[in-house]
Amino acid sequence: MALANRDTQTERQNSTIGTPGQNTRPPIASLALLTLTFIGMMTSIFMIFLYVPTDAIEGIPQRIFYFHVPIAWIGMLAFGVLAVASIGYLWKKDERWDWLARASAEVGTIFITLALITGSIWGRTTWGTWWTWDARLTTTLILWFIYIGYMMLRSYMGRTPASARSGAVLAIIGVIDIPIIYESVNWWRTLHPQAEVGTPGALPPEVVLTLMISLVTFTLLYSFLMLQIYQLQKMQALAQQLHANIE
Amino acid sequence: MIFLEQVITILWKDVRYELRSKQMWTGMGLFALLVLVIFNFTFDLRVDNAAAIAPGALWVAFVFASLLGLGRTIAAEREIGSMDRLLLCPVDRKAIYLAKLLGNMLFIGVVEIVALPIFAALFNVPLFVGALLPIVLLSTLGIAAVGTLFSAMAAATRARELLLPILVFPLIVPIVIGAVRATGTLLAPAVNEPPWLGLIAAFDVIFLTVSMLTFEYVVEE
Amino acid sequence: MRNFAHLSTNNGEVYAGGRPASSMFFLEVKGLKKSFGLKPVLRSIDLTLSGGERVALLGANGAGKTTLLRILVGLTKPSAGSACIDGLDIVRDARQVRHLVGFVAHQPYLYDELTALENLYFFGKMYTVKNIQERASLLLDKVGLEKSARERVAVLSRGQVQRLSLARALLHSPHHLLLDEPDTGLDQEGRDLVEALLAEHTARGGTILFTTHQLERALQLSDSIIMLNKGRIVFQQKTVNLELDKVQRTYQEVT
Repeated sequence: MALANRDTQTERQNSTIGTPGQNTRPPIASLALLTLTFIGMMTSIFMIFLYVPTDAIEGIPQRIFYFHVPIAWIGMLAFGVLAVASIGYLWKKDERWDWLARASAEVGTIFITLALITGSIWGRTTWGTWWTWDARLTTTLILWFIYIGYMMLRSYMGRTPASARSGAVLAIIGVIDIPIIYESVNWWRTLHPQAEVGTPGALPPEVVLTLMISLVTFTLLYSFLMLQIYQLQKMQALAQQLHANIE
Repeated sequence: MIFLEQVITILWKDVRYELRSKQMWTGMGLFALLVLVIFNFTFDLRVDNAAAIAPGALWVAFVFASLLGLGRTIAAEREIGSMDRLLLCPVDRKAIYLAKLLGNMLFIGVVEIVALPIFAALFNVPLFVGALLPIVLLSTLGIAAVGTLFSAMAAATRARELLLPILVFPLIVPIVIGAVRATGTLLAPAVNEPPWLGLIAAFDVIFLTVSMLTFEYVVEE
Repeated sequence: MRNFAHLSTNNGEVYAGGRPASSMFFLEVKGLKKSFGLKPVLRSIDLTLSGGERVALLGANGAGKTTLLRILVGLTKPSAGSACIDGLDIVRDARQVRHLVGFVAHQPYLYDELTALENLYFFGKMYTVKNIQERASLLLDKVGLEKSARERVAVLSRGQVQRLSLARALLHSPHHLLLDEPDTGLDQEGRDLVEALLAEHTARGGTILFTTHQLERALQLSDSIIMLNKGRIVFQQKTVNLELDKVQRTYQEVT
C-alpha cells in the first residue's frame, strides 16, 4: 500500500529533513503551467474582445459564449477525471488517485458554478430569462448538485480511506447517471419546447479559432489549479504521516 | 444457493425486527398522506387540472416518503450495534445489499399501497388503470437501489438526514421524470410519448448492478 | 454450582474441514500497523500462535488490543503489514478467514429484538453452519441458556448476553477464538464456564487470543502473555514459571 511505502521513505528522509536543498527544488511544472495559462488568457481576452467579429443576431453579449462553452466543457471534463480517478482509487487502493479525484472535484465544482452563472447571464441577454430548462443547462445544474454532494460527503467524512471510497462510489454512480439524466430531460423537453441556449448553425472560422484558443486556455488553467490542489493534498498527507511517526 | 438463502435470511431478520419494534411504519404512511393533502391546498384542483397536477403530487409524496424510510435499516444497524454484526460473518456483501434493498422496497411499497387509494380519492382520479403497478414497482426499485447504497454512505456521517436527500435527489431525476410522465400518460393518454417505462427499467438494471458491486467499498472499514 | 466437567470430553464434534489437525491451525502476524487518520494505534506487531496455544493480551485502554483483534477478524483493514490465518491472507481471503475465526467483542453483536435461539439461527445461516437446529440447541445448553432460548435478547441480563455472545462465537466451530475481555458481566459461574469452554476449544487444537485487564486471569488462562503499550509489544513471555507479582511489576513499568 502506498502508505506503507511512504512510511519507509519518510523514515529514510527523516534524517535529511531540515538540510538545505531538500525542499528548494523549484516547482517547474507549476510555473510553466502558470506562465502558459497567463499567456493563453491574455491571448484569449484579446481574441474574444477584439479579434472575433460581433455576432449579427445577439450583439456584443454573445461574446460570453467564448467563456461559457470552454468553462462548461472543462467542468464536464473534470467530472470525467474525477470518475476515472475514482475507479483508479478503488482498483489500486493508492491514495494518490484519491488526491487526483478530490482535486478534480474541487476545480470542477468551481468551473461548473461559473458555467451556470455565465450560461444564465447569456440566457438573460439573449432570451430575457435568467434560466431555461433546456437539456444542457438542466443537466449542468444537476451535475452541480452532484459535485456539491461529493464535496459535502468528503467534507463530512473527513480525510479517511472510508471517505475516499464513498466519494469514489458516488463519482462512479454520478458519471454513469449523467448521460441518462441528459436523455431523460431531453425527452421531457420535447414535450415542453423551451428556448435553447446555444448557437445554431455553422460557425465561421474566426469563431472556431477563438473558441479553440479559449478552450486551450481554460484547460491550462484547469491543469494548473489541479496541480496546486494535488500538491496541497500531498503535503497534507505527508504532514499526517510525520505526525503519526512522532512518539 | 447460499447467496439467495443469506439474502432471504437477512431480509427476514430485518422484517421481523421492524415488525417487533414498530418504529417507522406509521410515520412514513402519515407523512405521505400529509404531503398529498398539502398539495391539495397548494394547487387549485379543478377537475380538468387534476390530471396535470396529480401525478406530480403523487410522486413528490412517494419520493419524500421513500427518503424518510431509506435510512431505516441502515440507521438501525448503525445506531444500535453497527453493521459489524453482519460484516463479521462470511456473508457476501452483495447479499447484504440485496437484503437491505428488498427490505426498503417492501417498506416503501406498503406505504405506497396505502397512499394510492387515498390519492385517488383526494384527487378524484381513476386509480387502478392497468399499467400503474409496473410504474410504481420499477420506480420504487430505482429509488431504493440508489437510496440503499447512499444511506449506507450517509449513515457514517453526522448529518445523515441532511446528506441523504442531497446525494440521492439529483441521481434519481430520470426516475422522477419518467414516473411522473408515465403516470400522467395513464391518466391522460398522449401520442408520441417516449418509452418512459423502458427508461426506468434501464435505469434500474444499471444502477442495481453498480450499487450491488460498489456496496462493499462503502460499508467496509 | 454447575459442574462443567462434562464439557471437557470430546462430544464427537468435528471442525469445518474435517479432522482437526492442530498443526494446521496457525495465526501469524507480521509487521502489522494501523493508523486512524492522524492517530497511530498499532505500530508494527509481530505475533505467532499455533494450535492449542493461548495468548493473553494485556495493556491499558487505547494500547491497541481491540484494534488488533478487529483486524484479525476482518472488521478493519491494516494500514501496513500482513497477517495469515491457517495460511490464508486476512485481507485477500477475508471471507474464508471469517469462517475460521470466532470473535467475542465488547459489544455482544446480537440482535436485541430477536430471541436467543433466533439469533443463533441467524448467525448459523450467515456462517453456513450445518444442522443449525442441533448446533444452536447444543450451544445454548453449553452456555447454560437453554431455559432462555425463546426470550428476546433485550430482556436478558448482561451476563446472559455475554454467554450468548460466546455461543455465537463458537457456533461455527472456529479454529481461532478472539475474545475481547470475555469475563465482562459474568459472575463466578460464568467465569468457570468460560474456562471450561476455552479448555474444550484448546483440546481440539484451536488457538485463543484474548484481552483482559485482570493479570491473575491472564496468568491462569494463558500459555504466554503479551503486553501492549501505545501500539507496540513491550513484553512477551510464557507463563510457565511466571510469578504474579513479577507480572504486576512489569505491567506497572511498561504501561
